[in-house]
Amino acid sequence: MLAAACVLSVAVGSLSVPPGQVWQALSDPSVHTIAAEAVRSRVPRTVLGLLVGAALACSGAIMQGLTRNPLADPGILGINAGAAVAIVIAMAYIGLTSAAQYIWFALAGAGLAAGAVWAIGTGGRGHATPLRLALAGAVLAAVLTSFTQALLLPHAQLLQSFRSWQAGGIDGARFTQIEQVLPFFVIGAAMAACSGPTLNALALGDEIATGLGTHVGRARLFLAVAAVLLAATSTALAGPIGFVGLIVPHAVRAMVGADYRWVLAWCVVVGPLLLLVADVVGRVITRPADVQVGILTAIIGAPVFIGLLRTRRLGEL
Amino acid sequence: MTDHEFSARGVSVGYGDRPVIGGLDLQVPAHRVGAIIGPNGCGKSTLLRTLSRQLRPSAGAVLLDGRAIHSMPTREVAKVLGLLPQSPTCPEGIVVEDLVSRGRTPHRGSFGRWTSADDEAIALALEETGTAELAERPVDELSGGQRQRVWIAMALAQQTDLLLLDEPTTFLDLAYQIDVLELLVRLNESRGTTIVMVLHDINLAARYCDWLAAMRDGTVRARGGPREVVDVETVREVFDLETVVIDDPVSGAPLVVPRGRAGRSAGERTAAREVPA
Amino acid sequence: MSTGTLYAPRPVPGHDRELGAAGRSVRSRRRRRQLRWNLVVAGLALLVAALFLLSLCIGERTYSIAEVVQVIAGQHVPGASFGVGVLRLPRACGAVLAGAAFGVVGTCFQVLLRNTLASPDIIGVTAGANTAAVAGIILFGLSGLALTGLAVAGGLVTAVAIALLAWQGSGATSRLILVGIAAASMFDAATLWIMTRGSQWDIQAASRWLTGSLNGLSWASLAPLIGALLVGLPLVGLMSRQLGNLQLGDDVASGLGVRVSLTRAAIMLIGVVVLAAATATTGPIAFVSLLCGPIALNLVGAGHSSLLPAALVGAAMVLASDFIAAHLLLRSYPVGVVTGILGGLYLIVLLIRMGRRTRGSA
Repeated sequence: MLAAACVLSVAVGSLSVPPGQVWQALSDPSVHTIAAEAVRSRVPRTVLGLLVGAALACSGAIMQGLTRNPLADPGILGINAGAAVAIVIAMAYIGLTSAAQYIWFALAGAGLAAGAVWAIGTGGRGHATPLRLALAGAVLAAVLTSFTQALLLPHAQLLQSFRSWQAGGIDGARFTQIEQVLPFFVIGAAMAACSGPTLNALALGDEIATGLGTHVGRARLFLAVAAVLLAATSTALAGPIGFVGLIVPHAVRAMVGADYRWVLAWCVVVGPLLLLVADVVGRVITRPADVQVGILTAIIGAPVFIGLLRTRRLGEL
Repeated sequence: MTDHEFSARGVSVGYGDRPVIGGLDLQVPAHRVGAIIGPNGCGKSTLLRTLSRQLRPSAGAVLLDGRAIHSMPTREVAKVLGLLPQSPTCPEGIVVEDLVSRGRTPHRGSFGRWTSADDEAIALALEETGTAELAERPVDELSGGQRQRVWIAMALAQQTDLLLLDEPTTFLDLAYQIDVLELLVRLNESRGTTIVMVLHDINLAARYCDWLAAMRDGTVRARGGPREVVDVETVREVFDLETVVIDDPVSGAPLVVPRGRAGRSAGERTAAREVPA
Repeated sequence: MSTGTLYAPRPVPGHDRELGAAGRSVRSRRRRRQLRWNLVVAGLALLVAALFLLSLCIGERTYSIAEVVQVIAGQHVPGASFGVGVLRLPRACGAVLAGAAFGVVGTCFQVLLRNTLASPDIIGVTAGANTAAVAGIILFGLSGLALTGLAVAGGLVTAVAIALLAWQGSGATSRLILVGIAAASMFDAATLWIMTRGSQWDIQAASRWLTGSLNGLSWASLAPLIGALLVGLPLVGLMSRQLGNLQLGDDVASGLGVRVSLTRAAIMLIGVVVLAAATATTGPIAFVSLLCGPIALNLVGAGHSSLLPAALVGAAMVLASDFIAAHLLLRSYPVGVVTGILGGLYLIVLLIRMGRRTRGSA
């Protein structure tokens, strides 16, 4: 299915290309038809979709396990907004332009936002209800958004590019950009890969996790770093894309059960699938214009989120 | 003080499709202290919430002086029937006296000014619950026992002839539990307030109440004085527990001592452990 | 049948009874607390009046207070009549009215949902109104009263939809907030999408709906807001005591004779209408509805009605923020930028206070 989504992603757009020509364009670099160029230009976009989808889904799964909170998601918790405001600062005041340069800002912004939301949400009491955490994230995101606006107003030329970035999209992706931040994805993925057993232990509660030999504080920090790294890298490349990190882990849990090792593995498959399909849909519904994938995931994701709220008993919230 | 006729007639209640109480009758004797007891999930809190019109019965009615309370004006009911829920929320930082003053709400109009009667009622409520010296302290700084007395004071300031309390002793230390129950009995003696509460502890209920209603699966299985309700057969039927009922050496009320499923004492267990060694 | 003789006498309702010592001290303590409330309200009213005059006097040209007062009194003053009467007066009035509206509605929502962070711009009501308005401008080319009406309708439909989706028997408030947050992000995305499809000119008009601004207010544009406030505020004022009792939880409130569902629905309905009217006039001025309630509550103390103080705090905040944004910064910003930064500061204060509380309890 993921492979099919990849094919769709390179084939469909304002100019649709039949599968035969797609193969031709990809295998034979000497073909220079418009269709072939269109297909090639969509390859980095597809690759980016794969990376970002997997990163966001894993990040969401880790956050949900870490906070023992079914509603955790880098978008809802304001972490994307933290990365966004840091990137704006980097672009507007330091003049950084490439993702490789401002990724450090994105990481710092996302990390600070995550820390702030955790502090506000828990109120220092160590355990946050999903409600408090989500509210803290929403308020922080709102503050950061108006802060971003204030920063951008004197920079009219940035406003336009920021607005399209803010919508969250994987269009305009270049291989050079992806290469520059690939190490961050790799480190994040490696950390995520070894966090399954820890998440399984934490799911039983801090006391039991300690009893099972987990150093809870250290484990939390490790997981938080992994989640923030993945979310911030995605945001730096593709803008704030919400709800992928929320929906995918839930869907995966419904399929494979609660073992985080399997959940994380499947997130790597299902996350990109969702993102690529959303991206393709966004390209098709308002042809020839694109709808950025971030807008689409929000419009699809919010109803799913609400459905999730309705099926759960209040005690779990 | 008037004698209010208060009863549930053929009441059925449920959450969604799930029935919790089916066709229940309960007559609440005036000027008496009563408790509803039963295992978890038997519907005792649901019954209390229905009696206090938090829940609307799907069949039957709760009658106050012959009228169904669910169709009476809320304020009129609030002048006769007070309620203290299990975990009331307290606005952060509110001082004791302001909270107790809220009990006067049903007696004042939208523009109503504070009258002498209001001040007198608040002063009396503070005095009777022993919270007068806490009057200007923020409620959230008080201990659990003090806080519960403040909530009771609020209900007293409402000056209702009937008072319903949902597990007023939960989360309290044993000493505070005794405190609260003795306070309620004292109020019943001095004011004649009819009290109905949900209690967890069958022994405390038997000791302080004039009547008990033992519930199981949404129906009242036994009802009457402590002596009539608290016996080995009823406790077995309601709680699924083998017990011995003895006389409380202090009050003379029946006292339930569980046998437990193994029925062995700690001494016997020690003896049993020592055999192989 | 009466058994009154069996029991100790209770105080009889009435005005003329002699108060006992305990009753007298209850009364004097209450009056002392009431005095604080009166002082706070008087002080805030003075502050609003001072800021109002200040924003009328100072601008590109500065007029004396005497000139400004003459203009307000309806006399013709050369120069000042236009500069103050036509340009600045509607703007200052808009600031006061919108600030009061955001303050009151925000406080109502926070009390009803029992959460200091649950203001209408967080839980999706504002976002719904914005999406409707932006769609009205860009997709249907609406303006004026029709646009205001559409925004009010959008806010109402959103509020009702959120309430219905969250409604599942008891304990609906936390689910309501969460559903609202989800709805807000969905509507924001939709707004953004519509914006990317609009022409440059429409985007200019629509961007007022994204950041609050008091630029270009006229008496005509204030009319819907004035109407909504004239109807809404007295009604909310009448229900303020019921609102206060709802803070004690639904059970206690209904035990005290408050018709819980009715009160909640009525206040929400009025709140959404007033809020949408204010948003239609000035755009969503960030965080005013979030900040006013807690500030007012801190000033008057817990347990007292904070609606009127919150209205005054809101008016003062918008006036002061607009003054700062227009005159005290390097370039002129919309007012929403300053209030947004105030919101950030408030969050930091919240953080510090929580940190302190933790250390206190540890």
